[in-house]
Amino acid sequence: MERFIQVIVDGVATGSIYAALAIALVLIFRSTGIVNFAQGEMAMFSTFIAWGLYAGGVPLGLAILTTLVLSFIAGMVIERGLIRHFEGGETLTLVIVTLGLFILLNSLAGWIWGFGNRSFPSLFGDSTFTLGGVRLTVESVGIVAVLLGVVGVLFLLFQRTKIGLAMRAAALNPESSGLVGVRVGRMLMLGWGLAAALGALAGVLVAPRLFLDVNLMGSVLIYAFAAAALGGFDSAIGAVVGGWVIGISENLAGTYVDFIGADLKILVPLAIIFVVLLVRPSGLFGTREVARV
Amino acid sequence: MSERTLRVVGVWALVVLALLVPFLFGPYRVGEFTLVLAYAVAVLGLNLLVGYNGQISLGHGAFFALGAYTAALLIEKGGLPYLLTLPIAGVVAFAAGFLFGVPALRLRGLYLALVTLGLAIAFPQLIKRFDGLTEGTQGLTVEQPTAPSWLPLADDQFLYLLTLLIAAIMFVAAWSLMRSQVGRAVQAVRDGEIPASTLGIDLARTKTRVFALSAGYAGVAGALYVLAIGFVAPEAFTVTVSLAFLAAIVVGGLATIVGAVFGALFIEFVPDYASDVNDALTGVVYGGVLILFMYLLPDGAVGLLRRIGRLVARRPAAPAEAGRRPAVAPRGRGLPAGKA
Amino acid sequence: MRRSVSLALLLMVVLVAAGCGRDEENGGGDPGITDDEIKIGGSYPFSGPASAYRSIAEGAKAYFEKVNAEGGVDGRKINFITLDDAYEPPKAVQNARRLIQQEQVFALFNTLGTPNNVAIWDYVNKQKVPHLYVATGASLWGANPTAHPWTIGWQPDYVSESQAYGDYLDKNKPRAKVAVLYQNDAFGEDLLNGFKDAIKGTDIEIVAEESYEVTDPTVSSQMAKLANSDADTFLNITTPKFGAQAIAAADKLGWKVLHIINNVSASKLLVLEPAGLDASQGLISTTYFKDPAGPEWADDPAMKEYKSSIRKYSRLNPEDPFGVYGWGAAQTLVEALKNMKEPTREALMDAVRNMELKVPMLLPGIEVKTSGMKDGYPIEATQIQRFEGENWKLEGDVIQAPHSSD
Repeated sequence: MERFIQVIVDGVATGSIYAALAIALVLIFRSTGIVNFAQGEMAMFSTFIAWGLYAGGVPLGLAILTTLVLSFIAGMVIERGLIRHFEGGETLTLVIVTLGLFILLNSLAGWIWGFGNRSFPSLFGDSTFTLGGVRLTVESVGIVAVLLGVVGVLFLLFQRTKIGLAMRAAALNPESSGLVGVRVGRMLMLGWGLAAALGALAGVLVAPRLFLDVNLMGSVLIYAFAAAALGGFDSAIGAVVGGWVIGISENLAGTYVDFIGADLKILVPLAIIFVVLLVRPSGLFGTREVARV
Repeated sequence: MSERTLRVVGVWALVVLALLVPFLFGPYRVGEFTLVLAYAVAVLGLNLLVGYNGQISLGHGAFFALGAYTAALLIEKGGLPYLLTLPIAGVVAFAAGFLFGVPALRLRGLYLALVTLGLAIAFPQLIKRFDGLTEGTQGLTVEQPTAPSWLPLADDQFLYLLTLLIAAIMFVAAWSLMRSQVGRAVQAVRDGEIPASTLGIDLARTKTRVFALSAGYAGVAGALYVLAIGFVAPEAFTVTVSLAFLAAIVVGGLATIVGAVFGALFIEFVPDYASDVNDALTGVVYGGVLILFMYLLPDGAVGLLRRIGRLVARRPAAPAEAGRRPAVAPRGRGLPAGKA
Repeated sequence: MRRSVSLALLLMVVLVAAGCGRDEENGGGDPGITDDEIKIGGSYPFSGPASAYRSIAEGAKAYFEKVNAEGGVDGRKINFITLDDAYEPPKAVQNARRLIQQEQVFALFNTLGTPNNVAIWDYVNKQKVPHLYVATGASLWGANPTAHPWTIGWQPDYVSESQAYGDYLDKNKPRAKVAVLYQNDAFGEDLLNGFKDAIKGTDIEIVAEESYEVTDPTVSSQMAKLANSDADTFLNITTPKFGAQAIAAADKLGWKVLHIINNVSASKLLVLEPAGLDASQGLISTTYFKDPAGPEWADDPAMKEYKSSIRKYSRLNPEDPFGVYGWGAAQTLVEALKNMKEPTREALMDAVRNMELKVPMLLPGIEVKTSGMKDGYPIEATQIQRFEGENWKLEGDVIQAPHSSD
């Protein structure tokens, strides 16, 4: 029984990694309606910058804060400078642009910082503790707390502030929003900036465990995508729950179902998602799309 | 000169150039072009699904891999003549696409994209798991076709021309299908599912059949690929392949037939040139070129050619040409449910 | 009517063109070698998940630059052409074809990756091009030289390596219960199977086995399972990123067992430092070359020369062990080129298969030695090393693990 709970807890810890990036994906989707393939690489790039600052002597907390601000600005610049040109056109074109950005950032990071991996310090330190026979790390608990905090902040932002309302309007119906005075362009920039900052946060949360290298987010991106889809692409809490479901189910299957070894364990969350989406095509927490005829 | 004549001349020019390739270039380049043809068939299949029918798939690499492994196993372990493996690979992939297409009917946009992505991820793992059959990570070397002695051709020339022939057949088939009533139904579904169904089009049938057909194309392409490379391994069929196909359809031109060739040329040659420019910054160059391409040619290469054609023919632009419609609803919250 | 005319025209064009033919390769003399130049080709993962290995190419390039600066080989400068294959076999196939058919290299050198080399070796051998010192430790390359006479490996293969681990355990922990983490590909399987063979007939047993994919973000769940077994020894068969994760995970889990890590992941720079030197105390591995991070070699003339050349001719971190690997292999190639009796590919293979060479960057007591077709393994010796304090320390004697080929 203890073992079972441990597996679940470990699953939540791993799932939180996926959830962190998934929230950024959800944010981009809510504010601009596309999936940003480059989200992970932007997060990785930001994490390297944080590392650079830290290695240069800046205290960790300050380095991370600075990185978040820089990433926010960078996200806005990317939206205004690159993405803006493609909005309103063919969605697939924009998706390919983000794909190009993915490839570009990955290679650029490698050129600047090399391809080897390095350690990244954890905001929460290294200690572990046991609670009722189950082993936990302070770090995992910290990550979960941060995630839930972010979800809370996003909820407040989108549901309770004017700016959040404006952002939602700009995403839902750019033309009409523009007509009522919403600065659509500004809202889009804000959305990308926020998402970039969230991605950077995900990166610094995750890097201590996965180790920082140019491929840090490459494998996480797919899981994050899956988590976001499972939760419903427009729900931040959905992304977190989705991440946990994936982490837990993967771990359970890998541990208890012998036929599913480590090589096939990725199939479990994929199968779960498939089934969930068949029953609820907009994800667990997503809003149902209503088509106007 | 009318636009139509220009188009016909353009296509014939392409055919002539394609026929001349094996005689103008050395064996390595010819091999590259053979691969381009194989990719073009897969890209065409994907374009049928995405460009013409408005669905999405990030998993066509899996159908490509399925066709490749079917052909490889049939040749190496089944002793079948390689020509026979091509249609078999196509049929197997078609069936898989059909099986997949049925449950996928319920999904739209991003969710369908994710599930197909899952397929792309799962397939290499399955190949590795069943390594008794597939040789797993060691990979399988496949004997490549050689030119029959009664033809005055070198092996690489023969393989190229054979691939060209198969590809041409696939292209012509797709072209005539899209011009037929079936093709119009397919595109009608893309342009609006509700209006299409009120017109009497069976949505489910159309969509699953297009999915299956596009998977079948990818399967044949996979078999051609095996003949061109002579080796299969699970590492050859990662998600990167699926994403490359997706990039190729956009680069070539959504909802075009000929665009598949340009897209395939792009994904085959541009990475090579990028690494020639600077092997430390390959990705920067390749990603940059991709972005630039989208910036300058949002309609793809074929879109550019059409614009040039219009200029040359000195005719005003035809309004909303068939096939120029966006494949997915323009931005705004129409996603992920699709047409609203 | 118009259609058939155009078809006929088309056919004529094609036949005329077919008649023209095209330039076949130069006759007389082997390609890739002239009086001033020798062209060598290599395919490496400069991008993609294995891009950390590009340091091997950098190390080799640095050595060739040095040799060229000193006049080259018998007056011939070495032109090392490298292409990126992103660790993907089909790209490796294309690169091999391009290097041989288009660049017309004299020999292929140090192509990296087991699946990549498996993908190309049939073709390369058919073309009768030397396929030298492949950068992989798979045992295949030396197992049957008659089948692929143009191919040869360089490093001690994974079977030798796992034999060394088996022997070490047999001597020091004869009833060991081993838990294994391995990468689910040809590299991981080779090491695992080699180890299983090595412990046959001993009291050592494997009690838990977990694999991972190179595309997995983390190996934490596998490590949790392994730590939960009743093993008292951990065999860590991973590539650098995952090696670091495994060491850190073992540390966090409080799993303090005898920890053996394979040579590829034994890099202090890439694995131990990120994982934490404290967590790495007592780690056991093997090595066959001098550790550029090791203080015991600081005054070694070969090491000093190596580091200064690396600083001069490359952007590498001088403590990156992969650079030493490339350097050592390049040195072996240059010796073979010097020993070539004639400027032909066959003569090169002859020199390669009959060589006895002390490569200065290899450990004392370890040599490059081949003797004809019965011995397809140039380096067959390794030495156990243990991580203590801040560095690896050599233990015991050089272990010769010769195995013959069929």
